[in-house]
Amino acid sequence: MKNLKNKIIGSKHFSFGVTAVLFIALYAVGMMNYRGFLKPQVFCNLFIDNAALIIATIGITFVLLIGGIDISIGSVVALTCMTSAQLLANTSIPAFAVILIVLLIGVLFGLVQGWLITEFDMQPFIVTLAGQFFARGLTAIISRDTIDITNETYTAIASARLYIMPKAFISVGVVVALVTLAAATFVLKYTRFGRNIYALGGSENSAGLMGLPTKRTKIATYTVAGFCSALAGVVYSWIMLSGYPLHAIGMEMDAIASSVIGGTLMSGGVAFLPGTLLGVLIQGIIQTFITFQGTLSAWWTRIIIALLLCVFIVMQTVINRSRQRINASKT
Amino acid sequence: MQKLKKIVSHHLFLPVFALAFLLIFNAIMSPGFFTIQIQNGQLFGRVIDILNRASILVVLALGMTFVIATGGTDISQGSVIAISGAVCCSLIGGAGDGTTQVPMLLACVVAVLVCAVCGVWNGFLVSKLKIQPMVATLILLTAGRGIAMLITKGQNITVYYKPFTYIGNSIPGSPLPTTIYIAAAMVLLVVLIQKKTSVGLFVQSVGINAEAAHRTGLNVTAIIFMVYVFSGICAGIAGLMEASMIVAADPNNAGYNMEMDAILSVALGGTLLSGGKYYIGGSIIGAITIQTLTTTLYALGISSEQLPVYKALVVILICLIQSDKFKKMAAAHHAKKVVKQV
Repeated sequence: MKNLKNKIIGSKHFSFGVTAVLFIALYAVGMMNYRGFLKPQVFCNLFIDNAALIIATIGITFVLLIGGIDISIGSVVALTCMTSAQLLANTSIPAFAVILIVLLIGVLFGLVQGWLITEFDMQPFIVTLAGQFFARGLTAIISRDTIDITNETYTAIASARLYIMPKAFISVGVVVALVTLAAATFVLKYTRFGRNIYALGGSENSAGLMGLPTKRTKIATYTVAGFCSALAGVVYSWIMLSGYPLHAIGMEMDAIASSVIGGTLMSGGVAFLPGTLLGVLIQGIIQTFITFQGTLSAWWTRIIIALLLCVFIVMQTVINRSRQRINASKT
Repeated sequence: MQKLKKIVSHHLFLPVFALAFLLIFNAIMSPGFFTIQIQNGQLFGRVIDILNRASILVVLALGMTFVIATGGTDISQGSVIAISGAVCCSLIGGAGDGTTQVPMLLACVVAVLVCAVCGVWNGFLVSKLKIQPMVATLILLTAGRGIAMLITKGQNITVYYKPFTYIGNSIPGSPLPTTIYIAAAMVLLVVLIQKKTSVGLFVQSVGINAEAAHRTGLNVTAIIFMVYVFSGICAGIAGLMEASMIVAADPNNAGYNMEMDAILSVALGGTLLSGGKYYIGGSIIGAITIQTLTTTLYALGISSEQLPVYKALVVILICLIQSDKFKKMAAAHHAKKVVKQV
């Protein structure tokens, strides 16, 4: 019996299991209380509303895996929206070229941040804080007012409904998010780069001594995060159809929270991407609850998410300690 | 030459140099910058304005300095500021006839106590449960504004009780704004504690090597716990000043991103963000410098939304100058020059 308990707690996917159970339980409670939860569309809406957050969470998970942090995400999303809106409104660059340009900006942004962190040994928190300031300020310099996106390609993508069931549809953004998720999971699990990331997160020193290219991997990881932020920005611009300096404020904190709820360890080395998807969806469910409930105010969302975050962080600490104990007793 | 090198490598050189540069720039750009007028026994002027606003940041930076010295960060300060304002203003109440529900002093004390409890929470998570400081304080950062809204029931409470404005402005008859006195008192308190006890030394040793500090018999848990409580108290006091300045509780915007400014002040003051040796004087000058920078940029017609771009450049510049690699590069460059001269 005790052996089984140790096996469960010691399992790599214990956190994921807890998150999955919580997700199902929350959904079941929702179905019992509100008839709306029975509609397949409500389930699809969880994805549609949070497509951008899913992509952002993938990006932050990469960075958290190597024990770093990136708090520039929300600002880069805003910068992406604003740049797209500006380019679409005032130049004749075609929509797909605009998307390419903003993605390139995101990659460049991540690359510079990664370079500063790695080459000069600066703290990731401070560098990405500066990145956050810089991107947000740049957005305001481009325009302090809302710029609407009226481009036909963008509006077509925004209003496209892809039916996966007779009565349930998803948006293009969801497809992009899920494809990104699948690609990222593949990269982390089956490529050399992915394994280097896990090794780096386990211990940077050991990874270096093993002869892994720690510097290159680190810079590449921040570049991936920059790309994901920009991609999240593109998807966000399809939802918002505008650029505005105050778009996506605090999205990085939501992304970090989702990632942690999904089982990522902030000290690095442990993450499971499908779990982080559930982390995002749990936040979505809580929001749906509060919308359906009607009398609860919006700020309850933040308090409940913070509570969940707290529970998961404490749980992780406890698990880690008992895991260490199990490992110690083994040897 | 040796003397110059000594001055340049002093820990206060960077913040003082930056502040002096800003002041000279201001003196050239706006001639009236240093004029101070006296009206009804009160001092008025741009410098006083800057000091008034900077006082909030100084108090925050004091708390942040100790937290950073132990190798942590407290990113919940901004949200705690919102909680402080919310508690105080809802206790005083928004009665239009200028009366107060509870004595103002009591309201202020309760607000600071609530913030101390926030600090206790952070301290518990970091010191007892050994959660990384950034993650632990992230919880309160996320929840804080929600809690503040819960307290004010989602509204901005405007206070009409006259004495409440005294905290963020001046008490009639006093030449300087109250905020400056509060900040000065806090600084004095910290300096006194440092001089009379070894707390400062303990904090440093925890930041340099917690394990070694533990081995020498220091109660590391208690020390880390205390710095977070102190940070919470500082944020609470800052919250009172902020709320009094706008004479209202604004759960959404009060103290927004202030923790970032506080971290920036500490970094500018020469304290390494990885912990260890800290400089209270540096943090104070750092805070005043940041506020001067903000005011200067406003005076140049840069809007508040565009301000972050310039702040970001300053942050990166400071960190670059502080980084070891940059120092080595500079030293190598210097050595090359010497060789050439020979």
